[in-house]
Amino acid sequence: MNGAHDCGGMMGFGPVVAEANEPVFHEAWEARMFALMSAVGDVGGWTLDEDRAACEAMEPGHYITSSYYEHWLSGLERLLQTHGLASAEEIASCIASAPSRPVTPTAADAVWPAVTAAGSYERRTGGQPLFRPGDRVRTRHLNPAHHTRLPRYLRGHEGEILACHGAHVFPDSNSRGLGEDPRFLYTVRFRASDIWGNGAPDLIHADLWEPYLEAC
Amino acid sequence: MAHDGHHHDHEEGSELSPIALRVKALESLLVEKGYVDPRALDVLIDTYETKIGPRNGARVVAKAWTDPAFADWLKRDATAAIASLGYTGRQGEHMVALFNTPDTHNMVVCTLCSCYPWPVLGLPPVWYKSMPYRSRAVIEPREVLKEFGVDLPDAKQVQVWDSTAELRYLVIPERPAGTDGWSEEQLAEIVTRNAMIGTGLVTA
Repeated sequence: MNGAHDCGGMMGFGPVVAEANEPVFHEAWEARMFALMSAVGDVGGWTLDEDRAACEAMEPGHYITSSYYEHWLSGLERLLQTHGLASAEEIASCIASAPSRPVTPTAADAVWPAVTAAGSYERRTGGQPLFRPGDRVRTRHLNPAHHTRLPRYLRGHEGEILACHGAHVFPDSNSRGLGEDPRFLYTVRFRASDIWGNGAPDLIHADLWEPYLEAC
Repeated sequence: MAHDGHHHDHEEGSELSPIALRVKALESLLVEKGYVDPRALDVLIDTYETKIGPRNGARVVAKAWTDPAFADWLKRDATAAIASLGYTGRQGEHMVALFNTPDTHNMVVCTLCSCYPWPVLGLPPVWYKSMPYRSRAVIEPREVLKEFGVDLPDAKQVQVWDSTAELRYLVIPERPAGTDGWSEEQLAEIVTRNAMIGTGLVTA
């Protein structure tokens, strides 16, 4: 989706303002929001890709002008409804009025094992990757209405395959509840001057799935 | 600090901002519906406030500087090398170590959201998640670096890494001169979070 979140190369946002000795959370509600998203995510039945898609579904003006954990709040409210954990009325009123889904919430002593568990998004498919390191590729001109991880600023550009990481869960499918649909994932290297036309000597890399790429 | 604020907020609800009230009400709903245990929320917050943060990454860097075999392992299989120090988990499932050299400076961004290697760096700072950094890191990385006080010579190539999948990047900065003979612990002390994102350099 060509949303406000896809901001690589946009201009006008001003300087990067870094705060000295920044706390992990600035306000208590941010900490609670972070923890809620994580804990409800354990029982909600949605994937990380759906989570990202839900946060990106905010109205663009709201997305740009709201804080990071406000994106999470918006995303969680959306996910609770789309996954049937709470009704629109319950979300609006914050009063439980509909039956709950029976789940076992993550217990306090299960948090550390859960957050430190070594996971993987790589899946065995038996297929062979189309591209090899060193191959020249071009990113496709894709403008899907759904969640994707091919940023706008990298569409229709030539690059070089730097590495293949095996088949990984494909966000374009997984974010829509269409299953993991694993596809080969590559790190692709682009010349900044090819992207921006500015003669910069620098390189840009992105991790892109095979359906985003074509041989050139 | 956030914890103190948290307790304060609960005592004096009338002082809460609209969004703080909203999150508090949503938490009450989700507890009532049986989806979350509030004690688990406390543990989650404490985990990322006090246990998982950039000191982990600093230990990875210090070991890479002092142990050539470990540095080699990091280059070949960063996920396994970092796991050997006990750093695993969410948002660190597939790790890649980017070694700065005299010719190359690496810098990490997530233009699409806020992907960041939690097990080694903790949760990202606000600037990393902000529109200015996300929009500009890919189109004018050298200008962004200057705002962080990093002014690179033209001859040094900047390599930007946009975290668009589940690979997570950790920059291994150059070891500063004047640190010969330092212990791993001493070295870890001087490694900053920004240096491991690529918006800082390490100085002795």
